[in-house]
Amino acid sequence: MQDFEPTIVAFVCNWCTYTAADLAGTARMVQSPNVRLVRMMCTGMVDPKYVLKALLSGADAVLVSGCHPGDCHYINGNYKARRRIKLLKEILTGFGVDERRLKLTWVGASEGNEFAETVNHMVAEVRELGPSDARTMMAI
Amino acid sequence: MANKIGVYVCHCGTNIAGKVNPPAVAAFAGTLKDVAVARDYKFMCSDPGQDMIIQDIKKMGLNRVVVASCSPRLHEKTFQKACARAGLNPYLFQMTCIREHCSWVTRDPDEATAKAMRLVAGAVRRVGRHGRLYSRTEKVHPDVLVVGAGIAGIQAALDIARSGHKVHLVERGPSIGGHMAQFDKTFPTLDCAACISTPKMVAVAQESNITLHTFADVTKVEGFVGNYTATIRQRPRYVNRDLCTGCGLCTEKCPTKVVSEFEEGLSVRRAIYRNSPQAVPNTPVIDAAHCRTLNNKKCGVCAKLCPSGAIDFEQKEKTLSVNVGAIILCTGFDGFDPAPLTQYGYGRYPEVYTALQFERLNNAVGPTGGKILMKNGQPPRSVAIVHCVGSRDANHHEYCSRVCCMYALKYDHLIKDKVGHHAQVYNFYMDLRCFGKGYEEFLRRVQEEGVTFIRGRPASITDQAENPAEEGKLVVLAEDTLLGRRLRVPVDMVVLCTAMEPRRDAPEVARVFGISQGLDGFFLEEHPKLGPVSTATDGIFLGGTCQAPRDIPDAVAHASGAAAQALSLAARGLVDISPTTSHINPDICVGCKICIGLCAYSAIEFDELHHVSVVNEALCKGCGSCAGHCPSGAAQIKHFSEEQIFSELDGLLSDVLAGPRRAAPKVEAPDAQPVRIPITEEAPEQPEEAPA
Repeated sequence: MQDFEPTIVAFVCNWCTYTAADLAGTARMVQSPNVRLVRMMCTGMVDPKYVLKALLSGADAVLVSGCHPGDCHYINGNYKARRRIKLLKEILTGFGVDERRLKLTWVGASEGNEFAETVNHMVAEVRELGPSDARTMMAI
Repeated sequence: MANKIGVYVCHCGTNIAGKVNPPAVAAFAGTLKDVAVARDYKFMCSDPGQDMIIQDIKKMGLNRVVVASCSPRLHEKTFQKACARAGLNPYLFQMTCIREHCSWVTRDPDEATAKAMRLVAGAVRRVGRHGRLYSRTEKVHPDVLVVGAGIAGIQAALDIARSGHKVHLVERGPSIGGHMAQFDKTFPTLDCAACISTPKMVAVAQESNITLHTFADVTKVEGFVGNYTATIRQRPRYVNRDLCTGCGLCTEKCPTKVVSEFEEGLSVRRAIYRNSPQAVPNTPVIDAAHCRTLNNKKCGVCAKLCPSGAIDFEQKEKTLSVNVGAIILCTGFDGFDPAPLTQYGYGRYPEVYTALQFERLNNAVGPTGGKILMKNGQPPRSVAIVHCVGSRDANHHEYCSRVCCMYALKYDHLIKDKVGHHAQVYNFYMDLRCFGKGYEEFLRRVQEEGVTFIRGRPASITDQAENPAEEGKLVVLAEDTLLGRRLRVPVDMVVLCTAMEPRRDAPEVARVFGISQGLDGFFLEEHPKLGPVSTATDGIFLGGTCQAPRDIPDAVAHASGAAAQALSLAARGLVDISPTTSHINPDICVGCKICIGLCAYSAIEFDELHHVSVVNEALCKGCGSCAGHCPSGAAQIKHFSEEQIFSELDGLLSDVLAGPRRAAPKVEAPDAQPVRIPITEEAPEQPEEAPA
């Protein structure tokens, strides 16, 4: 378990968090290499199925990150994401998945440092949690 | 026929290759299903790099392309265009970022290479599911909206109007001119601000292509690039602009006195007022919060005196909507309020002034008629000028406001010029940043005028005298860091070089126009170097100090740049609209109508005949709110469909799926020889049809 390195999938919105990730890169803010980004146009586009698919495919945790409330490029997509993720967390906990394996954050386009911190913090947290059993437990 | 995918891994000089091993990534990509060719190259975005892709598409009949390089926000369009030049639909392309998200942020080269491989695998799996898409072309409305009529907004509006396009210029205040109208002289040439800005203000009023909306705000913006509809709220002036002759009699006789914002609190105005007799437009405005009549008290003096009967207490707020193709924001800056810096005593000691207050003291139509006088009516015999108040300060604004050094030098000169050579001027500075054309020369000139420069930020300003020379004076406590000596400098007057900061309502403005703010609060440009006037929202541009602190020459140049961008959109008259909209499959849709309520753009209608929801692609922005929810999976965003995302996840997680639980990801990097997959000299094949 000591050597366990989690794999995390991040669904990030093109306008805020993806841009923040670019900025973190431009500013050379070192991040754990465990997070793999999937670029979405908006967090409101993140179907809960995508999160489940990632968990079932072996991701140890999923990060969904978009614009701050009120700043959505598409008026209110992030509010829809917030509702969906809240419901999804309740369902996942019912299946025995630790709710810390699904995280929703708001990282604005200029917050490169915030993005790097979010990534590093989440990787450390999931490393503590250990590997996810979602794939074997929820076999379909 | 199976897909033939070409994968191109960029070294980006050493930006990527410094950490990631591109030949190893390309070799790995070559082993992936459907990959026909995988290459690496020094600079994929260069002409030879793009040519490599084009030749492969033509000669090998590639029908999908993946580029692993920088962020798609930087070069996605570049490579899409290269694909299009080779006859491949640009949407049969996928880009993955192995620079910003990988090589630049990963410490260990092996881990970086492993991550790059997964990102490439994700892109390869995804691109296999891409389909052909075609942009639609929309007409661009030829008119332009400019918000804010300071010097930047005026410049942008004039530039556009002179090209023959119509401009709606919206100004929140009662008259145009912005902060520049408050200034007296401008550095480094010392030409008078009014002499250079008033002609421009008059030109705006006389330009037939400009519709000026003063005392108005933009409350709502709808539409998309080329076709915006802006709602403008016109607040009531209570003075009929068509009847008013601008005689100014009302502003003299009004009995209510109010502290003047334009004079930065240094004098009073009446409840019916205009900022200056030269204001454009010069129609006064009634301040509804203070006017006696409007607050149901007995008065009506202005209405009785007005010779042309222009006063109209019945005026109501009006809203109008205008159609424009592009929008330029020139909403300017606010001056920093130094009151929280209690050590400088602003607001406690009457002889401590902000920079904008000192500008008014110098202005010929200001409260002192342009004479530098203290509150007791006497000229100061010594003045301390404190640089970087609120700027370059971790507790307030980390950035440099860029203008303070220069206006401080201007004040140095003006004090020596107006009060006399005997007046002592002390500058407390951190660094002198005189970077513009003619600025260093101006510094030399001021130094030769006998001004004192002390390197050190004052600790405090006090009125507690310690010796007779300090009696009745303000004492500046500072350390001269060049001499390593602590100083007490008694002066008559202190000017704080207050920072430029974002407008206090910038968050609301950003929301109305759908743009972002940077960490410092100024509006965020598309790219800090190559896109300083455009924003992430197509068709919305930034001019002047709403994007960053600027001096007048830079603000004017920036605004002209914004005008040129807006004009290039308007002059072409057509704009390509992304085809990545939602589509509801009528065979799957059950007609639950949930998507209709979710759509923020009212882009989904219900087809009663077929009992299904239908997307109006002209209104759809492709946000995916409907697709994220659709219970039956009928709604899908083109280019972000479920099967595309699922495939990407399969690729991204293929290492996890394939093997047992891993320890720290370590890959055996193949030897660093570039992978050579020879170009086969086959007859060029036509790209294959995309899956539906």
